[in-house]
Amino acid sequence: MDSSSLTQQFFQQLINGVSLGSIYALIALGYTMVYGIIRLINFAHGDIYMLGAYAGYFATTYFKMSFFPALIFSMVVAAIVGMLIERLAYRPLRGAPKIAILITAIGVSLLLEYGGIILVTPQPRTFPELFSTTTFNFMGMIVNSQQIVILGISLALMFILTYVVNKTKVGKAMRAVSFDTDAARLMGINVDRIISFTFAIGSSLAAAAGILVGIYYNSIDPLMGIMPGLKAFVAAVLGGIGVIPGAMVGGILLGVIEALVSGFLSSTFRDAAAFIILIVILLFKPSGLFGKNIREKV
Amino acid sequence: MKNKVVVIGLCMVLLLTAVIFAGCGGEKKQADVIKIGADLEMTGGNATFGQSAANGAKLAIKEINAKGGLLGKQLTLVIADNKSEAAEAANAMQKLVTQDKVVAVIAPIASSSVMAAAPINQQAKVLAISPTASNPKVTVDPDTKKVREFVFRAAFIDPFQGSVMANFAAKSLKAKTAALYIDNSSDYAKGLAQFFEETFVKNGGKIVAKEAYLQKDTDFKATLTKIKSQNPDVMFVPGYYQEVGLIARQSRELGMQMPMLGGDGWDSAKLAEIATPSAINNGFFSNHYSPDEKSAAVTTFVEAYKKEYNSVPDAFAALSYDATLMIIEAIKKADSADSVKIKDELAKMKNFAAVSGSISFNENHDPVKSAVIIEMKDGKQTFREKVNP
Repeated sequence: MDSSSLTQQFFQQLINGVSLGSIYALIALGYTMVYGIIRLINFAHGDIYMLGAYAGYFATTYFKMSFFPALIFSMVVAAIVGMLIERLAYRPLRGAPKIAILITAIGVSLLLEYGGIILVTPQPRTFPELFSTTTFNFMGMIVNSQQIVILGISLALMFILTYVVNKTKVGKAMRAVSFDTDAARLMGINVDRIISFTFAIGSSLAAAAGILVGIYYNSIDPLMGIMPGLKAFVAAVLGGIGVIPGAMVGGILLGVIEALVSGFLSSTFRDAAAFIILIVILLFKPSGLFGKNIREKV
Repeated sequence: MKNKVVVIGLCMVLLLTAVIFAGCGGEKKQADVIKIGADLEMTGGNATFGQSAANGAKLAIKEINAKGGLLGKQLTLVIADNKSEAAEAANAMQKLVTQDKVVAVIAPIASSSVMAAAPINQQAKVLAISPTASNPKVTVDPDTKKVREFVFRAAFIDPFQGSVMANFAAKSLKAKTAALYIDNSSDYAKGLAQFFEETFVKNGGKIVAKEAYLQKDTDFKATLTKIKSQNPDVMFVPGYYQEVGLIARQSRELGMQMPMLGGDGWDSAKLAEIATPSAINNGFFSNHYSPDEKSAAVTTFVEAYKKEYNSVPDAFAALSYDATLMIIEAIKKADSADSVKIKDELAKMKNFAAVSGSISFNENHDPVKSAVIIEMKDGKQTFREKVNP
């Protein structure tokens, strides 16, 4: 193979990787926010992503909504469900040992997956065509308009999130709770409300990822959240769990690594690569790429 | 207080006797019927397959009962749900052979479930015939290398499908190079790929790429970009419709227009929905039967099925209908409802005219029969050609 087609392939893989990675990043943000605030790996997060995809499916198929209203609808539904889960499953265990909450999270995850199978059947479903896809061809590299939409919406949501966390009063409260819950409570911050709010934001981001994936891949099913959930967890750890920019970079990096591994090594190593990265990070830099000196955790 | 206890006690006694008498009545009536069991996936992940199969079996039994039944008796179908799980398949088989005392069983759809249930019907000496289990190990025990005496199937086995598609690629599509893109989490896909490769190379072709994915993957573009750089004449994707649909769509988006080939795992209306109808054009797969085939057996079956269930029968329904017909034929030939005699007749069966072709059993209890190749045209399955063994 000559070198020009090899570079062309490399850039094509980069494009594939970034569009996959921006999905991981959106899911990873929710993981990282929840972890930052109550030190809980919320294993049900991947299933919230599935729930968001289904909310989007019902909004577009039965209520005939167009793309943006459906996106907002599914984000709102997921935010409500996220808050409910926090209120019913995690809040009663706030004083309990960490392991108890972790097991509860796994239980909630299984409940959503198999409850989903009962409610909506395990049959995969497809989205109606919401906007036409055009394919652009730059010097042999192929980009799809949906990939651009996914990347654009992901970046916009990440930007809004960074703004909320860093520039608003609620964001300040979130950072305070993350830094020291008891001190924050003494300062008059309603900690329960802030935690609830964090779950709402994290869940709505996962739902956005869910509906984007549903439209892009055109296939959703009740167990779709398991693997992306795990990968996003790897991405969050890669970037430094609890750190918002870390989740974004970690997600995109993971997507690119996966694309390059399956493109230039072997597709059978792809998932192995993701988890080897997780192990290596846990061994050598447990705090992740961005985790070291940043004290500000949300 | 005491009175109340007495009343409740009396009620219970009455209830119990009622149950016992009801049971007796049932027993007497059962002497006039021949029971056939069905250990099928009525719920769970493969529920749509199992329900189709149950419909096919019910139709066959209804038809024979309308003609006066067998040996002067009516047939009944006893369905036991195996919830799409191997362990439950064994439980369901246990219930059918011990409690319901069926003379033969329509065995599960999935190969793994048939294998889990096989020891039970083997021990009870009750014939089980799976409509669709296509793994070679289903009828031949891999440990002892012996044929399982009471296990049969109505579908052709994986090696046959793989070589049918390889011959089709080499001869009808004139392909010289092929890429394999295999579902690594499925023995079925790996089996098909292995035999595709052997036959394709034997025909003088070359395998230029061999890649793999896992079930539930959604993004295939990285690997497809790699396959594209090898520029194969055809791509063989022997997986299930959900991932195949995504692969078709994403490969066409990347500008790959070569024919895509696969096996009966493609057989679902969801395939074209997930892929979009235009992306799955130029897609071909092997299947057990096509409702569009213009043979008398197929058209009569399709008409009857449509009248009964108001839908077009899929391959699961057709094969299960065939399996039930074979049991009926064997009972007729044996002139007895004795399970061992039925089994002997079935093993001897030659050129039995079924919906999915003419069936003879070989020494491994595998049917020797034809396959059809289906072409996807604008989201519709169309009959392309029939391949004889």
